[in-house]
Amino acid sequence: MSAIEVEGLEREFKGGLKAVDGIDLRVEPGEVYGFLGPNGAGKTTTVRMLVTLLRPTGGRATVAGFDVAKQPADVRRNIGVALQEAALDLLMTGREMMELQATLHGIAPRSVRGRAAELIERVGLAQAQNRRVGTYSGGMRRRLDLAMALIHEPSVLFLDEPTTGLDPLSRTTLWEEVRRLKNEGTTVFLTTQYLEEADQLADRLGIISGGRIVAEGTPAVLKAEVGRPHLDITLLDEGDGPGDLARAKQVLERFGGERPPSEGCHLSVTVERGAADIASVVRSLDDAGLSVASLELVQPTLDDVFIAKTGRHLEGGSSGDAPPEEPAEPEPAIAAP
Amino acid sequence: MPFVARVSLALSRRALVNAMRRPQLLLPLVLIPTLMLAANVGGLNRTTTLPGFPAVHGFLDFQLAPAMTQSLLFGGVAMGVAMALEIEAGFFSRLAVAPIPRVAIVLGRLGAASAIAVIQMLWFLSIGLIFGAHVKSGLPGLLVTFGIGIVAGVAFAALGVALALRARNASTVQGIFPLVFVSLFLSSAYFPRNLLTSPFDAIARYNPLSYIAEGMRDPIVNSLSAQPVLEGLAAAAGLAVLAVGLSVVTLRGRLDEA
Repeated sequence: MSAIEVEGLEREFKGGLKAVDGIDLRVEPGEVYGFLGPNGAGKTTTVRMLVTLLRPTGGRATVAGFDVAKQPADVRRNIGVALQEAALDLLMTGREMMELQATLHGIAPRSVRGRAAELIERVGLAQAQNRRVGTYSGGMRRRLDLAMALIHEPSVLFLDEPTTGLDPLSRTTLWEEVRRLKNEGTTVFLTTQYLEEADQLADRLGIISGGRIVAEGTPAVLKAEVGRPHLDITLLDEGDGPGDLARAKQVLERFGGERPPSEGCHLSVTVERGAADIASVVRSLDDAGLSVASLELVQPTLDDVFIAKTGRHLEGGSSGDAPPEEPAEPEPAIAAP
Repeated sequence: MPFVARVSLALSRRALVNAMRRPQLLLPLVLIPTLMLAANVGGLNRTTTLPGFPAVHGFLDFQLAPAMTQSLLFGGVAMGVAMALEIEAGFFSRLAVAPIPRVAIVLGRLGAASAIAVIQMLWFLSIGLIFGAHVKSGLPGLLVTFGIGIVAGVAFAALGVALALRARNASTVQGIFPLVFVSLFLSSAYFPRNLLTSPFDAIARYNPLSYIAEGMRDPIVNSLSAQPVLEGLAAAAGLAVLAVGLSVVTLRGRLDEA
């Protein structure tokens, strides 16, 4: 039995906006499944349906063997959820939050304190456990949120953009925890808009754009599908305007396909032979009276996969910079009964 | 202990602790009605000499009930605002995704409301007694007043919660604040019903706040008698049953809509 099975899942909001448009996916037990896509792609809506916070308007999904629409209570008993907004009560202490979460998940009263203390220790918040959550940093809140999601040892864990807005150190700490969970056999469904995060953590990836899954596979296979490296080219003195850029594009046509320029360069072009093409490219541009300021050969990345499948970059993907706070997709209402 | 009771108690405790740690939300519940009580008693105490005004020990005795009712109504708004803030901040989603009976979300909030109502009632009865009020029916009457007040506090909180679940934003819930004043002034809380002119006497007759305030007031100004107490208790309990039902239905409706 798969940990998560999704067939033709849809969610249409009032006004006809289809945030999720018939997706199929399957996540095996113990797998870390990365769900990658830009803001507004449908990631959060998908997660909210899978965790029973939002009723699907089409298709079906099972989580831990239970149907999300017909057996939501069974689904809730078997999953851990760390939502995008790290829904914490800022006036409570970390320990109070953990103990409340333990009670909500039916942990026996005599075990509540012990289990809470164990997880607080595990995520490195022992020193801060008696401080109000409002005094925690973003990274500490995320770790607390993760610990709360693990209080009942769920078989499937949903992490919705767990590192969005975090500093690199906090991000790395959370990555380590996800790896540890994987080693312990927990199935993890991880949404992210960070390519590096998906590359580092996911056994398999689904790339979602416009509410549809446009690619699925292991990071290695997806990158191999795209295959060819590309050159990022910056012209000297930023060229002499649009005319130079057009001329450069014309010159580079014979080397391979043009692609959207990477951040900070003027042109990007895929090259058939990799490093062997560099000299020819420079010479051709020089012959056309165009001087190259810098040139970088870039091996295929998940961003290339994303571009190949959607024709555009993944926002914030390559840099890992914090994306905008608010998701562009409609914020869904509350929960399935 | 049944799971629903255990979860409701845990959520009540959390809501109560949360309220205590947010004094800016809690203090106005008693401060504003206390100031109004002081102003009314200080400025309008000759009202008791009006023909037809019931015989009372002092105007403060008469005015304690509207102050308590007003405070409890404010408490209902505050409970609604707190619930709406949790929906806005996403904490409600945490509860919604937990494997708990849904009704515990409402019961937890109402448990906290009843504890806060005890504090509010204690406050007004204490300052009343300190400043010379006289409870004519003694301790039994005091307990009856307390009981009606707590049931009314739960009813008003349930209305606030229902509104929060419907509106899902704190500003809308906060927006009913003026309505609280109007509904209380359109009752017999501040002034005896027999001295109200038409159509306000008719409105007051159908306003449950009249019966709640009179039910709390009668044991203070008179010897204990069944009719006003039972009417007050029935009005508070009826409103509580309706409001709790409304908030549970609104919660279910909201969850179904999702």
